[in-house]
Amino acid sequence: MIPLSWYLIFAAGLFSLGLFGVLARRNAVAILLGVELMLNAVNINLAAFWRYGNITNMAGQVFAIIVFAVAAAEVAVGLALVISVYRRHNTVTADEIDMLKW
Amino acid sequence: MTTAQIIFLVVAAVTLGSAFMVVTTRNLIHAALWLVATLFGVAVMYALLDAGFLAVVQVVVYIGAIAILFIFAVMLTRKEMRDQGPQLNSGWWMSALLAVLTFGALVSMLWGWKDMEKVAMDMPVGFDSVSALGDALISPNAFVLPFEVASVLLLAALVGAVYVAFNPRHGDSRK
Amino acid sequence: MTTETLIWLIPLPPALAFFLIVLFTNKSKALSHSVGVGAAILSWLASMVVFFRALGVEHLGEHPYVSSVNWLPTGDTWFKIGVAIDPLGAAVLFFVSITIFMIFLYSVGYHNFGQPAGDHDRKGLPPHGATVEEHGHKHVVPSVEPMYSRFFAFLGLFAFGMYTLVVSDNLLTMFVGWEIMGLCSYLLIGFWYGKPSARAAAIKAFMTTRIGDVFMLLGIGLLYSLTGTLNFREIFGNEELMHTLATPGTTLFGLSLAGLIALLLFIGTVGKSAQWPLHVWLPDAMEGPTPVSAMIHAATMVSAGVYAVIRMFPLLSLDHNTMTVVAFIGTFTAIFAATIAVAQNDIKRVLAYSTISQLGFMIAALGIGAYVAAAFHLITHAFFKALLFLGSGSVIHGMEHGVLHTGNHSVDPQDMFNMGGLRKKMPITFWTFVIGGFALSGFPLITAGFWSKDEILADAWAHGHLTVFITLALAAFMTAFYTMRQITLTFLGEPRTKEAEHAQETPWTMTVPLMVLSVFAIGYGWVGIPEHFPVLGGILPNWFHDFVGHTLHEVPEAPEFSWVPLLTSLGVALGGLFLGWLYYRNVNSAKEDFFQIPVLKNKWYHDEAYQKVFIQPVIWLSEVFTPGMDKGLIDGILHIFDPITSGIGAWIRKWPDLWLINEKIGDGLADITQEAGRTLRPIQTGRIQQYMLFSLVILVIVGAILYFTLGVGL
Repeated sequence: MIPLSWYLIFAAGLFSLGLFGVLARRNAVAILLGVELMLNAVNINLAAFWRYGNITNMAGQVFAIIVFAVAAAEVAVGLALVISVYRRHNTVTADEIDMLKW
Repeated sequence: MTTAQIIFLVVAAVTLGSAFMVVTTRNLIHAALWLVATLFGVAVMYALLDAGFLAVVQVVVYIGAIAILFIFAVMLTRKEMRDQGPQLNSGWWMSALLAVLTFGALVSMLWGWKDMEKVAMDMPVGFDSVSALGDALISPNAFVLPFEVASVLLLAALVGAVYVAFNPRHGDSRK
Repeated sequence: MTTETLIWLIPLPPALAFFLIVLFTNKSKALSHSVGVGAAILSWLASMVVFFRALGVEHLGEHPYVSSVNWLPTGDTWFKIGVAIDPLGAAVLFFVSITIFMIFLYSVGYHNFGQPAGDHDRKGLPPHGATVEEHGHKHVVPSVEPMYSRFFAFLGLFAFGMYTLVVSDNLLTMFVGWEIMGLCSYLLIGFWYGKPSARAAAIKAFMTTRIGDVFMLLGIGLLYSLTGTLNFREIFGNEELMHTLATPGTTLFGLSLAGLIALLLFIGTVGKSAQWPLHVWLPDAMEGPTPVSAMIHAATMVSAGVYAVIRMFPLLSLDHNTMTVVAFIGTFTAIFAATIAVAQNDIKRVLAYSTISQLGFMIAALGIGAYVAAAFHLITHAFFKALLFLGSGSVIHGMEHGVLHTGNHSVDPQDMFNMGGLRKKMPITFWTFVIGGFALSGFPLITAGFWSKDEILADAWAHGHLTVFITLALAAFMTAFYTMRQITLTFLGEPRTKEAEHAQETPWTMTVPLMVLSVFAIGYGWVGIPEHFPVLGGILPNWFHDFVGHTLHEVPEAPEFSWVPLLTSLGVALGGLFLGWLYYRNVNSAKEDFFQIPVLKNKWYHDEAYQKVFIQPVIWLSEVFTPGMDKGLIDGILHIFDPITSGIGAWIRKWPDLWLINEKIGDGLADITQEAGRTLRPIQTGRIQQYMLFSLVILVIVGAILYFTLGVGL
């Protein structure tokens, strides 16, 4: 059978790739893609701990479901923001969206 | 090497490979399609973990809705930046280093943990994880409150998204 | 639905109504009162279902409806909150739900729903009336309350507090309900906040009850620290614990712990139920919208205080000294408030003092151990006092109609000497008021008040509390006397003013509650007729004693029948009523009234005494300290220091300050900060990804330091 460590290391890899995407991509949509990868990595951890822990305690799966809902909300709002910014500033490049500066 | 292990390794390799493509490919449409592949891989992982419901929801919600939403967003914002120029910012090597460090730190912290090589118990006979999940989600003694709160969150996000993405130039009823 | 679930749901509709009205429907008067009355009906229905199911349960005292949930983790255990309905709770729920329903219904009529908006009504003042044109001539009609919706919102919150208090199975949530009602009481007394007197009364009520509440909270804290639980059943059911608590002489003044706790909780009741010496707020509370706030402060909310003592009775009865204090306070309040009521001219104030007096009866009953009699009087009193207050509101409303008709606003529509002869103008109000008044006086055999008051007197006699017996009998006599005085002055004889001639009967929303309540003011007494009563005893079973008595572990025995208390209560009730009628049928103005004695008229100078004893000394102290202590002594010392310190100061100013601090450190710091800011400014690029990168780099560094040096990690 597959040991728990495989899943955890796989999730860690997926998470790191997502992190890299978030930090390095210039396009705002691509940054959101990275966030999705990170959320998926977390979900795999939740499901794995459910399977390898007390299987009758459904907390792991329930948390994963809630992460789904949060991800859906995050994508909807995030993409809406991207589109709104795109309309006003005609760009989706994260470097150029720097209204937060001094 | 059991069959399950072989399947796991193949799926993991494919998933991580497509995830790598998601974060590096120049063409954003391709990136979104690679994301679909990654999400499929994760769905298979859920299936390997006996979480059938999660696997189905992954396909329906993530691939069916979220990935499609991404493709729409890419198409809507594409005309300025038609995949020219660098897709990574100037500090990307720093980000890469950080990502590798994070991975290394996670693995090294996990390394010494006693449950690392734990093997899953067999599913109890007659245990139906889908109905157990359903019970847990609506039982007052378990997770009905978080469940309801999540629904409120979704509603709020829906309203917020409509409001934020509303185009005031076309048909603004507020004026 | 299980009964337990239903009990949980009882307080909910009024709370929802409060939020609905405040948030959504406050613009629409019709919608607001529909929501409010609807919620009251829902709670009432639920209460009735619970009550009748409770009737069907055998041994409800031993196995009450209980249900609780974990609330706060306290170390290894949970602090649980929950609901419980035992016989006492069911009986109280019965009258509370009916009276609350009636308050809601009555408010619709009282606040003139359906009438036009006033000509110059302002928020925060009572409505002044509106001019309407009909058939070519103008006349003035009552106008609708400007803050109609707000009123129903407050009532909803009040109902929520009361239900919470009744269904609670522990002191903490009970206290929460208690305080919610305190808040609503403040809001409703100060409802017409445009009137300075209403503002002052609201603050007075709030501050006075606060004194009691602080002690009550102390009592709750002491009880919790000793027992680790606030659940009634857990405390009273634990015999070992009760035994420890009852060990005498362990605290101040030789009181046992149980006695001390009960005393502290009782002080809370003294505040809430307006017992001497914290009674002063209740008469002033009549500043609120006439009958409704008055009813809350007469039938429902003040009963909560007595209810709390009845609940804590097992604890109270452990200590003889505390019982004596309780009996003394109750008896004294009963007679003392009755004497004041005789001299009041305001129709509502008479009832306010009569409420204080009747609450004193109940407290006194508890003090002599008459548990069932106190509960019985609590419920019958709630019914007939609610009836009387709504009746007085109806009278005032009718009088206001007369005032609007004549346009003479100098006539006080609440002064009984301005009334007279209203029986012909307002027949429904008259008959229901007579029923309520006779019940209050304890008119023999038919009225509820007779049976409950008789039971208190019988208990006092049977247990040999002769002083209590005589004092209460005297108070009962005065009660009958001032009740008849009120009825005679208000309804009998001929109208004494033009306004009284033009008074008018009130709409159905006000008269229907009167009729409903008068049914209970008569009929509720019949459920508690003692078994050995001559002729009547035994025809109907003494249901109330059996039912409520089983709340306690040892059912209290009904007092043995004796002719002395029976004849006494017959004598005082009939005698008081007759004398009142005999004397006041010939009195036409306040000057002719023999009982307008200054000491009674001025409520035994309590307000003045509190002014002198508590408020003036504080003012005096501050006035003495300002010129003497503060100006003379302290300022004098300061004046000596002045030249010395200014000399030192000048030197310091010149050298260390100007040179070192200002130039080097002060300006230097500013320069450094400015320079640092200028240097660091580029870091804030506004680029999210860079911020994330920075924070992650720092996270990795800190994590690495913790992991490698301190070994924090796995």
